[in-house]
Amino acid sequence: MLLKYFGNDKEFGFVLLLLAAVTIIIPLCNLIFSTGSVFYFSAYTVSLIGKYLTFALLALSLDLIWGYCGILVLGQGAFFALGGYAMGMYLMRQIGDRGVYGNPDLPDFMVFLNWKELPWYWLGFDSFPFAMLMVMLAPAILAFVFGWLTFRSRVTGVYLSIISQAMTYALLLAFFRNEMGFGGNNGLTDFKDIIGFSLQSDNVRALLLMSSGLILIAAFMLCRWLVKTRLGRVVTAIRDHESRVRFLGYRVEMFKLWIFVFSAILAGLAGALYVPQVGIINPSEFSPLISLEIVVWVAVGGRGTLYGAIIGAILVNYSKTVLTGLLPEVWLFTLGAVFILTTIYMPDGLVGLWKSKTGGLNHE
Amino acid sequence: MKYRVMCPVRMVLWVLIFGFIKPAYSQLDEIDFIAPVVGQQEIEKPTYSETILNLKIRSLSKKGQAIERLVTFQNPQTINILQALADGYLFESREYGSIVIASSKENQYAIVLAEDNSQLGLVERSAIKKIKINNSIRSKIRRLIAKLHLNSVDPNLRLLAVKTLSKAINQDSLNILKILAETERDESVLDTLQLVIALDKLKSTDRLIRLEGIETLKEKTSLEAVNRLQAIIEQNSNGQFLEADTEVRKQAKSALVKIEARLQVYQAAETVFFGFSLGAVLVLAAIGLAITFGVMGVINMAHGEMMMLGAYTTYVVQQIMPHHIGLSIILAIPAAFMVSGLIGIVIERGIIRHLYGRPLETLLATFGVSLVLQQTVRSVFSPLNRSVITPEWMSGSWQINDFLSLTWNRLYILVFCLLVFAFLLQILKRTRLGLEVRAVSQNRNMAKAMGIPTGRVDAMTFGLGSGIAGVAGVALSQITNVGPNLGQAYIVDCFMVVVFGGVGNLWGTLIAGFVLGIANKVLEPFAGAVLAKILVLIFIILFIQKRPRGLFLQKGRGVES
Amino acid sequence: MSNTKPFLNRYQTYDFVNRNPVIKNKVDVSHGTVLYMEGVSISFDGFKALNDLSLYINDGELRCLIGPNGAGKTTLMDVITGKTKPDAGSVYFGQTIDLLQMDESEIARAGICRKFQKPSVFEKLSVFENLELSMQSNRGTWVALFASLNSEQRDRIDEVLEIIGMTALRFQSAGILSHGQKQWLEIGMLLMQKPRVMLVDEPVAGMTNQEIDRTAELLLSLEGKHSVIVVEHDMEFIRSIAKKVTVLHEGSVLTEGTMDEVQNDPRVIQVYLGE
Repeated sequence: MLLKYFGNDKEFGFVLLLLAAVTIIIPLCNLIFSTGSVFYFSAYTVSLIGKYLTFALLALSLDLIWGYCGILVLGQGAFFALGGYAMGMYLMRQIGDRGVYGNPDLPDFMVFLNWKELPWYWLGFDSFPFAMLMVMLAPAILAFVFGWLTFRSRVTGVYLSIISQAMTYALLLAFFRNEMGFGGNNGLTDFKDIIGFSLQSDNVRALLLMSSGLILIAAFMLCRWLVKTRLGRVVTAIRDHESRVRFLGYRVEMFKLWIFVFSAILAGLAGALYVPQVGIINPSEFSPLISLEIVVWVAVGGRGTLYGAIIGAILVNYSKTVLTGLLPEVWLFTLGAVFILTTIYMPDGLVGLWKSKTGGLNHE
Repeated sequence: MKYRVMCPVRMVLWVLIFGFIKPAYSQLDEIDFIAPVVGQQEIEKPTYSETILNLKIRSLSKKGQAIERLVTFQNPQTINILQALADGYLFESREYGSIVIASSKENQYAIVLAEDNSQLGLVERSAIKKIKINNSIRSKIRRLIAKLHLNSVDPNLRLLAVKTLSKAINQDSLNILKILAETERDESVLDTLQLVIALDKLKSTDRLIRLEGIETLKEKTSLEAVNRLQAIIEQNSNGQFLEADTEVRKQAKSALVKIEARLQVYQAAETVFFGFSLGAVLVLAAIGLAITFGVMGVINMAHGEMMMLGAYTTYVVQQIMPHHIGLSIILAIPAAFMVSGLIGIVIERGIIRHLYGRPLETLLATFGVSLVLQQTVRSVFSPLNRSVITPEWMSGSWQINDFLSLTWNRLYILVFCLLVFAFLLQILKRTRLGLEVRAVSQNRNMAKAMGIPTGRVDAMTFGLGSGIAGVAGVALSQITNVGPNLGQAYIVDCFMVVVFGGVGNLWGTLIAGFVLGIANKVLEPFAGAVLAKILVLIFIILFIQKRPRGLFLQKGRGVES
Repeated sequence: MSNTKPFLNRYQTYDFVNRNPVIKNKVDVSHGTVLYMEGVSISFDGFKALNDLSLYINDGELRCLIGPNGAGKTTLMDVITGKTKPDAGSVYFGQTIDLLQMDESEIARAGICRKFQKPSVFEKLSVFENLELSMQSNRGTWVALFASLNSEQRDRIDEVLEIIGMTALRFQSAGILSHGQKQWLEIGMLLMQKPRVMLVDEPVAGMTNQEIDRTAELLLSLEGKHSVIVVEHDMEFIRSIAKKVTVLHEGSVLTEGTMDEVQNDPRVIQVYLGE
């Protein structure tokens, strides 16, 4: 029915409609129906689904750089965390004098560290537009510097993966330091408001879910358009045969850098949407393990398809929620097994498996 | 004539005979005729065992006298008794009334007679009564023990004795030390003696003697010397110098400069040593990876977990033989090699084999393996850290002087690292397996065509790399906590070392490990441990931009990826 | 309202999007020579792949390079295209452009394009997309993001598809093409770039006789418009196209001349047949 509007790209349309449905129906149900109703979604569920949507956006960003450009970044979590920290800093400023120490100018942890004034890099985070700018700019700058250095000197393949892991590891160590001024070990938490509205209220939670969904949908469509432009084709060509592209006269490093920075911005946005919904950002988001988990989401879903990444992120995280709730010990076994089995038996992920079994939607 | 000639000879004979017999006679005389007086003498000068019994006397001053008298007997047991008294192990047995040395044994006390160490069996705590002393007596005992030790044949005991005496020096002990200094042969004892004497000279009112003392101190590397010289050149709050004499102050200043210069050398030496020891740990951890990643091209993210398994193997071996800690460490080395090596072979045959030529997928799959191994260990051994006991010969440190001491476990690991490296190099160079490994790594298809069982070689190589990681785990168990996350902490470092050194180059790994270790330790005093680590990471990231193939790059047509 | 209409036309492309490529130094061929290689040496671990080699290619010339294995033919192409930097010597494009200062993509943009020994097409992309990517145009990232084909460019692609005989296969993915077809597609990609100099490494390997004839025809038709350097082992093919042949041996030029001259040169016979 609706799917026929999407022509050859039925999978894309299917996932898009599904996302749209989630984005609209769940917040509406939460607002309209009361606690007892079957259609009511608890605040917990709303936050959880909102979190999944931000993870889907994060997976989408990785799929763009890994699935389409062939660069396995093991530090995607760093961009996510930077976006999250930028948002967290804004939310910290929103607390004002309602902190434990009641200091109107300084966040609690700075009072605790006996700091007298706000460090320069915290300036401006009172303003929501500035914070949103930084949400995108901070990851973009990191990606630009890292990418400019690595791509120009033609570091590729596993070398790049490993040094991107070293990058996020270095950031992890750095953010653990209290002297950095980002709350050290504990990170940023105890948020109260966002743009003047309480984060605890159901309406705000529902709106956050809705904005996560909308931004995901927008990013999804943007990415799909992107991979179909000539830039997208050059990037795909780089994945398949980098040196040939160079001999055609393209500056490969510039294309890589472009797509890498774009992907980092998406990851930063995902981080910014994630923080208000879970209420905390701390250095553990920089840990190499988190970045590897993102890779698994994309691998499970099927890389190089965009919608595969979204499906993978939601499925893996849903299983994580269920399993860690029921049998916490089993989760790491499962995750490990998923890593191993996906790479050996399912190189194209669930999407690939499903396509080879059924021939895909197009042949129905 | 004949008689006359003989006469002087006889005279000598007589003298000799008398010489021997006379004292014997005189002894007899004493025993026979002076015997009644012996009783009187006993009251003034009691026997050894009576003196020991005197320790029971409550009065502390009497106790002190008894202790001093005890020392006048040249009895080797005295040291033990005094030591026990100072440490609080000397008791009075209520049953026998005699003084005993007790040692606690499962709620009871094993007691031996203080006088001759004869066993008296196990008794309850209530059966014995502690001989109490106060602190001033305790320090007196320590000095007495030290004096007794001064004559010991063991230079280490003498050194200890000198150090104890120097803590509270008085004219009496100083004289003893001065006499000792004239005959002392052992260099380190002599060095300490000179130091003590020189320090005392600083107190002299004669400026020449003070200068003499400073002259000696110039050559000494001692914290005490630095403090005392510092005191000489200091001013009090009124701006007056504590030392009135300008010449003495000048000399003290120059002596300080000299010592400081030596101090910096020692500090540098210490930094380098710490750097080398950290480097050794890095090399040990990375060298297995240099085989699997460098030679085979397999990205093994489970490498850290192979080390973790090695460390846990050490723990298990130690649990099996809790009474032979030293032996257990030695035995753990082959055991860890086998455990990690076998698991490595299983991983290679089960998973990695399917993924050759797909490095990124290998990375992901082995990461999955690492998660499974971590969780397995967590389930089997609990998520808490296990403690592995360090054997005695590895604990403690080698105190070279006040400013430089090297811990034994780090020294052993440094040596161990070099041994493992040499061992690995020999395997790759001299053995059939090594030849096959190099052949397969250079041209897999050609090697296969030559009849080399590439599958088996892959498995063996991976097993070797993993086994070495296990051995590294044994070493790590001695310096860090053994827990499920042990491997995680090292994996990024390992890759950095291998990539920095140049993939496929064992020597590069060795040098890279040491360079990074030293760089880390040199940066630490300026930047702090965490920042130093971050700086090193950033340095490597930048370095790889410049030389993507590491320190020692390979050149040629074959390199093109 | 009527004024905004052209702006909303989705097929409209703007000048700033499809700017003509700007080459900073226009190739100066005032002396008739398009490529200079002088005293070029390169060694890999002691093996001298090129040894004091000097070679001059004229503008619009079709030159054949032959030589036994290991003579340095492919290495020579690597040096010209910037894949490998020589240890010594100089390589100039025209009078002014120093190729040793440029990387692969700059050299390609300056107008030197290459077909590889092993066919190198983008297997996941269609034949059409392969040609589109190769098309001479601005290579910038932002330009690529908003680029669309104008009718002139579509015509050019159709033209090339016609030349390489793949009009029917235009929407097939390049991965399923046969070895010979991939060779042709790669030649087509070269044509799309409108290069000044084409380096063609073993163009007829894996082709049928009929295809070889067509390839020869195609290369001959390029003469005058482009300078073409062909490396090939197939002597029959060389004979059919060659005006001037250069023989390489052990990294330097052994001799140059027409096919007949070269074939009768005793040194060449010795190099190919041995003592």
